[in-house]
Amino acid sequence: MLTSRGSGSELEVLAVGAEAVLLKGYFLGIKSVYKVRVPKPYRNPKLDLKVRRERTSAEAKHMISARRGGVNSPYILLVDPDAGVIVMEYIEGDLLRNILNSLPECRACTLLEHIGIMAGRLHNEGIVHGDLTTSNIIVCRRIGKPYLIDFGLARASEDIEDRGVDVHLFLRSLESVHFRVKDMAFRCFLNGYGKVVGEENLTKVVNKVKEIRLRGRYVEERRRRHH
Amino acid sequence: MKTIVLGVESTAHTFGVGIVKEREIIADTRYRYEPEKGGIHPREAALYFMNIGPSAISEALRSAGISARDLTGVAVALGPGLGPCLRVGATHARAMAAYLNKPLIPVNHAVAHIEVGKLVTNVKDPLIVYLSGGNTLIAAFNEGRYRVFGETLDIALGNFMDTFVREIGLAPPYVVNGVHQLDRCAEKGKELIDLPYVVKGQDVSFSGLLTAALRAVRRGVPIENVCYSVREIAYSAIVEVSERALVHTDKKEVLVVGGVAASKYLKEKFEIMSSSRGVELAIVPPKYAVDNGVMIAWTGLLAFKSGITIEPERAYVRQRWRLDDVDIPWFGQ
Repeated sequence: MLTSRGSGSELEVLAVGAEAVLLKGYFLGIKSVYKVRVPKPYRNPKLDLKVRRERTSAEAKHMISARRGGVNSPYILLVDPDAGVIVMEYIEGDLLRNILNSLPECRACTLLEHIGIMAGRLHNEGIVHGDLTTSNIIVCRRIGKPYLIDFGLARASEDIEDRGVDVHLFLRSLESVHFRVKDMAFRCFLNGYGKVVGEENLTKVVNKVKEIRLRGRYVEERRRRHH
Repeated sequence: MKTIVLGVESTAHTFGVGIVKEREIIADTRYRYEPEKGGIHPREAALYFMNIGPSAISEALRSAGISARDLTGVAVALGPGLGPCLRVGATHARAMAAYLNKPLIPVNHAVAHIEVGKLVTNVKDPLIVYLSGGNTLIAAFNEGRYRVFGETLDIALGNFMDTFVREIGLAPPYVVNGVHQLDRCAEKGKELIDLPYVVKGQDVSFSGLLTAALRAVRRGVPIENVCYSVREIAYSAIVEVSERALVHTDKKEVLVVGGVAASKYLKEKFEIMSSSRGVELAIVPPKYAVDNGVMIAWTGLLAFKSGITIEPERAYVRQRWRLDDVDIPWFGQ
């Protein structure tokens, strides 16, 4: 098993997901998060290794592209595809999900606008996040900047449908947990998003989101298209 | 007075008539259309259903030892399924309900698979993995309906397996002694070859795997190894999206329903995953995992007790009737 390098301290479990375990520890003296894709005993070992290796590389690649495009996301310190491990900087802060309801309105609006800008920049880089919710945004305690985390479902796509799904997922997370502030929050988000992607793309994505929402379960149209 | 409901199933290859008296199954008649070659031809299946339909209904009533007049209502699977097949079952059920002046109860085939699975395995609020020839979806009850958390983006698992074995000359028959030809052929395989494993978030996709596997066979890769690789990849992808949905929904039970649920290799993988997550696994036994009339009758009974009926003249078939379009007011009762 992994040991924390550089400080001799143990790794502490932060979260256990479906696919990976998140650990907190030190890497070369830097406070870090270890994302470890654990082997799945129900998969053939050769297949398991291939899947974990490919996904680890892809996730790291998307995180690096995102940073290059001006999206705040954790610095990557180490990628070991064969072990299924990504080590990244630990962002000291709070999940947006936990603090949004208690922020003053103008502070919340500035923050949401910044998040909209980040989503727009990510899309301009040709990447979609795949799980854009208020649980995947950390607001840094020191400087108050939002950081986008968990690129596990991210992929390369310039499809308006996929971008619409990102925006739709974000809106849905606002509605489910932050219904009191959702209208303001979404307006501020789109304001920032539009500044980066331009008027034309904004309209396309907003129309797509409306369409997705009318469908109920949003993959139905996608399913039909694939037939 | 006890509620007695007759259910008619005709969504694909099986014309089934089941009768339930409260929780008791009192008739279970099935006629299965077996194509001599190729897959199900909807028109051929429908013609077969028209021939055997009336006698299947009489047979069910006879074996239950009741007269049609004793029925409380008539339930029918109006979808999803193959149009020509659905229409035969709907015509029989509408005619019966109108002639006998009994309520007609609309039933969604996917909901019926889930309800009969809950009835025979006794799970209460599971994550549902529905795998059959025409369906591949992961669902769970939330706010009044079975919500879909993941599904196939292209072809269903069963359809994928059938198409693959047919194209490489191993079928029909697709299933021999309860074992699918894919599982049979894979038993002799040893080596995993490189084929696409596609999981997109909560969803799976099999069309790329099918193309690549057929190409590998044409290239001369030993057929057993291709079968083995296809089985490993397809089943693992299903178990992976199920695990994701399980973590997401926090359910404590997994219920595997549908005709593909019988595979022991799939079961093995589900067992490993469920025990590692500490949840209970229930797999519907083959008898009720495949299409049958009992599941329509049982779901019809639940729906009827919640006041759900339909006028025969409005009982259209719905080939693409989605699971998450159906309200489930009886849940938890």
